Amino acid sequence: MSKLSGIGGRLYRGETSVDFIGKRRRWYAISGIFIIASIFALSFQGLHLGIEFKGGSSYTVNKAGITVEQARAAVDATGIPGETIIQKIGGDKVRVQTGALTTAQSNQVQDALAAKFGILTDAIDTQIVGPSWGKEITRKALYGLFGFLIVVLLYLAMAFEPKMAIAAIVAVIHDVFITVGIYALVGFDVTPATVIGFLTILGYSLYDTVVVFDKVRENTRTITSTSKMTYSQAANLAVNQTLVRSFNTSLIALLPVGSILFVGAGFLGAGTLKDLSLALFIGLATGTYSSIFIATPLLAVLREREPAMQALAKRIAGKTLVQAAVANNASVDGGAAIATKRGPRNQPKRNRRR
Amino acid sequence: MSSTSRTPKAASRPGRSLAITALVLLALLALVFIQGATAVKLGLDLRGGTSVTLQPRLAEGESGKVTNAAIDQAVSIIRQRVNSLGVAESEVTAQGSGVNRQIVISVPGDTGRRVVDLVGQTAELRFRQVLVSGAPAATPTTGSVATPPAGVSADTNAKYAALDCTLAANRQGTGSDVATAQIVACDRAGTSKFILGPAEVLGRQVSKASASINQSSGSGWYVLLTFDNDGTKAFGTMTSRVVTLTAPENEVAIVLDGLVVSAPRINEAITSGSAQITGSFTQLEAEDLANVLKYGALPLAFDRGEVQQISPTLGSDQLRAGLLAGFLGLGLVVLYSLLYYRGLGIVSVGSLLIAGSLTYLLFLLLGKWLGFTLTLAGIAGAIVAIGITADSFIVYFERIRDEVREGRSLRSAVESGWLRARRTIIVADFVSIIAAALLYLFAVGGVRGFAFTLGLTTLIDLFVVFVFTKPIVTLIAKMRFYSSGHPLSGFSAKSLGVLVPTTVTKEA
Repeated sequence: MSKLSGIGGRLYRGETSVDFIGKRRRWYAISGIFIIASIFALSFQGLHLGIEFKGGSSYTVNKAGITVEQARAAVDATGIPGETIIQKIGGDKVRVQTGALTTAQSNQVQDALAAKFGILTDAIDTQIVGPSWGKEITRKALYGLFGFLIVVLLYLAMAFEPKMAIAAIVAVIHDVFITVGIYALVGFDVTPATVIGFLTILGYSLYDTVVVFDKVRENTRTITSTSKMTYSQAANLAVNQTLVRSFNTSLIALLPVGSILFVGAGFLGAGTLKDLSLALFIGLATGTYSSIFIATPLLAVLREREPAMQALAKRIAGKTLVQAAVANNASVDGGAAIATKRGPRNQPKRNRRR
Repeated sequence: MSSTSRTPKAASRPGRSLAITALVLLALLALVFIQGATAVKLGLDLRGGTSVTLQPRLAEGESGKVTNAAIDQAVSIIRQRVNSLGVAESEVTAQGSGVNRQIVISVPGDTGRRVVDLVGQTAELRFRQVLVSGAPAATPTTGSVATPPAGVSADTNAKYAALDCTLAANRQGTGSDVATAQIVACDRAGTSKFILGPAEVLGRQVSKASASINQSSGSGWYVLLTFDNDGTKAFGTMTSRVVTLTAPENEVAIVLDGLVVSAPRINEAITSGSAQITGSFTQLEAEDLANVLKYGALPLAFDRGEVQQISPTLGSDQLRAGLLAGFLGLGLVVLYSLLYYRGLGIVSVGSLLIAGSLTYLLFLLLGKWLGFTLTLAGIAGAIVAIGITADSFIVYFERIRDEVREGRSLRSAVESGWLRARRTIIVADFVSIIAAALLYLFAVGGVRGFAFTLGLTTLIDLFVVFVFTKPIVTLIAKMRFYSSGHPLSGFSAKSLGVLVPTTVTKEA
């Protein structure tokens, strides 16, 4: 652990530095591949929607020693229309999923299962979803998504800079895309709990990005007056300086989510806990990735286009040539695109607080 | 260099902030005892029961727009039906906003099928002539009641005699209301019972209804009622016929969902299509009646959106799993903070405990005050919030360590680090709160529970970081164990990677 902290110190002073911004094309390419794969998966396989979205009924019987075959025999005997899916969940549970049924048909299925397994109808966990319900919650989820993106865009534009807001939102959209893509690819069930998970990821992913951007802003506040670093270099230093923090916050956030996933999948087999935490787990991982590899490089590119930043980059390029001629040592890891000297002594003096 | 650093207010008075924390905790604890809120109210998915979500829409063959008032009326109709089950702690609530609201019915225990059958039907408003009215209790069948009044069948009369309107179960309304037949009915409150003739005017023939007050004559609040063309004719015929009869046959009952809302006496034949219902109404009563009549003009049907029946076994399984996941998550976070931040980890563990107690106390109180119920999704929200809460500490701790790396003394790093971390924490938490608020606004059912706990715990996190974590860190920075950079303090030169260890202890 303390070794990790040591790395934190070196990253902070810029002795150890990973070139996140200079190699941005590489990260963009990786994400691009994932996004294209996601689009393919979505268009060819589609999402595996739960009955909450399609309409239908689900009956779960909880009794030791029951089998799928017994349940199928009971359900088939009722002669209900449509396809039924019967699965074993966990040790003692069998779940029957049917298409949309009338109340009478639904009662019939309950009665048949209750008679077959010698239990009360009220002991069967039942969920019946009307066919129009799915449209309703899909619509609400989409409203929530767009409402969130717009409000957060405005808020971040006010709290930070408009360009930071754009970069942060692009990173969020990237996360949602990849997470949805993974769902389509693997074929995980999408339920309302999954949707809650998706929407929460947005908040989380932004949390991460906000932490990094806050440092970027601090590092770049005086770069035009000090002329020691270009915007990209200052931003890259910020990412490196917050790397340990990002790692820690993500890990700490993943620990509780991981335990929900573990307990939800292990003890209950299926349901709200598992669906929610799986979406969160995947989303958190992509969220951490995107705030470092996508959001910050994108921000740097956006800002570098500004005339003031280009002028700054030119001034520094000139200076560096002179310095390189005088000094005989190069950068420590050769990572930076422009060979500024590294190490504590060559760091720009951070503006002293009053 | 730290000699000139401006210290924020809180730094000078860490004791005061801690006192605030203690006061808030004690105040909440006292409230819990005073209010007698001893247990968190559990949602149906944690204790078993049936929940039905209904989407109101216009009934078949109607045109027009669903109005807010109509949905309010629909909610009260459904509430009346559900209350007739007589199950304690049944709840009928409207969720969402405006005309997109859903009606959510939750009934604990084993009532599954009855609830589902009960709530799906369309509620209609009808005008029927009163044939017989009387006290609500069942009448003994022996003796004189056996002679039915003119035009009432013996069968109906027997039903009327047996009807006991003092029982909630008989005030369910639905099912007994066939438009073309004579019916027996209770009034909404169960204070009288009726035999009613076939429906002569229908709710949809009402075109307008409003409550007004007549100041000049001093007769107080009344309800103004206007019929459309068909309604005018039908109501004219009906009133012309009954006006000459003796009480109670000269009364016209306004029946909603099989229950008598009001049975005004007809004083004259009303052929103009516009009627006044007077009586000793309060403003509220007059408005209620007007709303009932307006609702009748545009009856709503109820689509069953979702029905969920959870057995008590599954409920307790889910509760156990939720709690287990919570403790496991909390344990892992505590373990990680202690391993990574050593002595500083104790602060984050303490803060988490404070946040946890605040959350629990607020759950208790909100359950009492707002009827907040904890669902499985809500538990998940709280667990996820452990991460968010711990994140704020990390942001702050890493900031302090950065400041120490820049050569500040621990004591000044604690203050200057806070100034910077504070901003990050506020912005980041605010984004979380926006997410929670929007989730809450746009969602129904479980999602709302999740959003609510997530938002609440994020607010608690902000509170704890400001009045507990920061002051505690200020205090411990004065302790030698921490300020000397003890290997277990989390500020050791080695763990920070500071090149010249002495800078930690000495002011540079």
